[in-house]
Amino acid sequence: MISNLLFLIITVLAVGLFVWQIQKIRRNINLGREKEISDDASERLNKLLLVAFGQQKMFKRPWPAILHGIVYVGFVVINIEVLEIIIDGIFGTHRALSFLGPIYTGLMAINELLAFLVIIACIIFLIRRNVTKVPRLTRGPEMRAWPRLDANIILLTEIILMLALFSFNTADIKLHVLDGRELAGSFPISGLLVNSLSTTNVSSLEALRSSGWWLHILGIFAFLNYLPSSKHFHIIMAFPNVYYSKLEPKGKFTTNQSITHEIKALLDPSYQVPPLPEGTEPQKFGAKDVEDLSWKQLMDAYTCTECGRCTDVCPANITGKLLSPRKIVMDTRDRMEEKGEHPAIFRPNHYQEQVKQRVKVTEEKTLLRGYVTPEELWACTTCNACVEACPVNIDQLSSIMEMRRFLVLEESAAPTALNGMFTNIENNGAPWAFSPSDRLNWADNLFVNVK
Amino acid sequence: MADLMARGEEPEILFWVGCAGAFDDRYKNVTRAFVRILEHLGIKYAVLGLEESCTGDPAKRAGNEFLFQMQAMTNIEVLNGYNIKKIITACPHCFNTIKNEYPSLGGNYEVIHHSTFLQQLINEGKIRVAGGKAFKGKRITFHDSCYLGRANGVYEAPRQVLATLDADLVEMKRSRANGLCCGAGGAQMWKEPEPGKKDINIERTEEALATGATIIASACPFCMTMLSDGVKNKNQEDQVKVFDIAELIASAENLNA
Ligand code: SF4
Ligand code: SF4
Repeated sequence: MISNLLFLIITVLAVGLFVWQIQKIRRNINLGREKEISDDASERLNKLLLVAFGQQKMFKRPWPAILHGIVYVGFVVINIEVLEIIIDGIFGTHRALSFLGPIYTGLMAINELLAFLVIIACIIFLIRRNVTKVPRLTRGPEMRAWPRLDANIILLTEIILMLALFSFNTADIKLHVLDGRELAGSFPISGLLVNSLSTTNVSSLEALRSSGWWLHILGIFAFLNYLPSSKHFHIIMAFPNVYYSKLEPKGKFTTNQSITHEIKALLDPSYQVPPLPEGTEPQKFGAKDVEDLSWKQLMDAYTCTECGRCTDVCPANITGKLLSPRKIVMDTRDRMEEKGEHPAIFRPNHYQEQVKQRVKVTEEKTLLRGYVTPEELWACTTCNACVEACPVNIDQLSSIMEMRRFLVLEESAAPTALNGMFTNIENNGAPWAFSPSDRLNWADNLFVNVK
Repeated sequence: MADLMARGEEPEILFWVGCAGAFDDRYKNVTRAFVRILEHLGIKYAVLGLEESCTGDPAKRAGNEFLFQMQAMTNIEVLNGYNIKKIITACPHCFNTIKNEYPSLGGNYEVIHHSTFLQQLINEGKIRVAGGKAFKGKRITFHDSCYLGRANGVYEAPRQVLATLDADLVEMKRSRANGLCCGAGGAQMWKEPEPGKKDINIERTEEALATGATIIASACPFCMTMLSDGVKNKNQEDQVKVFDIAELIASAENLNA
């Protein structure tokens, strides 16, 4: 009875703490600018199914895709067992779902096989990060101590959780064998492990069983509350983020409406600029800080898995320039957490100090210059390779563009050569300094009749 | 265009030449090649000539939204004034901007990149490359332009156009959706690259050369410039040539003047 009550209290606290953290993240995301995204629900659902549930974009790299797929499917299936654990914990039952009969048997067997595969996958992931050091997971100024530790913590936790599951099941089987207790389900892996369990003491087996059980569920609660401060938060955010992803062609950049009004008024003095909605200030052009980005761009930042696929394909990064699209996304998250509320119990995502070594940021407390330097922004070729590569449909390029707009429109801080290009367009209608009257020169010696 | 208008005629298509097509010495050849194809097939087309102005793409990518919209609205006024419905261009940047970014400013047209247009002509049997054995067995690799490929999903049209040449088409390590930028997009064309280990066009040229191709085919003026510079940088300009797909078709059809 006491343990049931204790369990209930812990469950309520863990879930409550999680909800509280989510609220803070929600508030942080809402620091961003309004942006209407409500069109085309059916295409969005389609994307959600393919990219988020179906992990479509992971399959650009088959091996990580398979391993990640195992962990993902494992996570989903094993969660059914978590449901049982919660029921058992609250009502003091034992294997409450076993009334499902053969379904339960199958479920337990699949669970065990998946748990085993998850352990293997996590071990391979650990090797890739710590031994073979896959460059995209380990290199770059943004991959300093915390993000690397974060990934290892998650992988180790997952292994421990699976081991706890096995110890619980194994003890249960042994108790069944020794003590003739009822046992529903079938356990292919624990069935093998049971032989290595030398103890025949019923009470120590019971202790093993309950410690495995408690470790598993407490681990899950701890994990749940660790998520909001971790890149692992993507297991939740990937779904809404993909749903709200950009459906337009990648080459279509946003149009700034207030500029449209200004120009229309310029070209036609009788044009009536629609008044700003009550209580709103005129918008800055572009983005200097996180609140100048849209909520979707901020949601992007909380979705990033830090996988580095974007940076790995970025032509600027490949050729040694400072730009790393992953860093832009991680910077956005850091700045949001610095400025807004910390969702987490601790502040893990702060890495500015370490980054300074390579990227010379200023003391200014804004996203632009305080985290992201103009040099990074100007290196972008707007090629969309990062956007294409991102498995969770983050639009890194849109944030880069907003900051460029701020530099040009608010600070007139474009590189000199680009200012020259602007002047040429203004004066000659071409980015080069050619006379507009030469525009048809290409046709001069053409062997065609100019009709 | 103004001449046509004066005669009360309307062209089937407007050929948007683009600044590079009009001013870049190398790219003027592409403009001519494409026009020869149009002439050869008797397609009724027009160009804006002196009334054409920069689409504003470089300004937009550089963050100068104000200048972009100025250009866009002025161009839209001209295009709408002539009641233009269908636009063809050889420049993926013009293509992308007019197709995707002009509609919200009042410019709605059917916009086609010349690769798609050539592909249509081939499918309709209008271009046959009958005597076009000039390229038979030649090794050609196609470089995807970001603004044609990833930005707008056009990957197959230029490849199908090249396939009619009966050449030996080879792909680079990074191609189609995974293609590597030539380094000129996003207004990089007009500025020095940021400090790094290497210039992007060199990296890309190395990939192209690694295929052993003697012709690098492109479908974008900026890609052409960047890759030609890259080939020169590697002292390969005698062995390896960079051509636009329209030039290849024109010369296969013996349309070179
Ligand atoms: S769009 Fe910019 S940041 Fe993204 S891959 Fe291309 S150059 Fe890199
Ligand atoms: S932005 Fe996307 S591709 Fe880049 S590190 Fe984050 S999740 Fe990976």
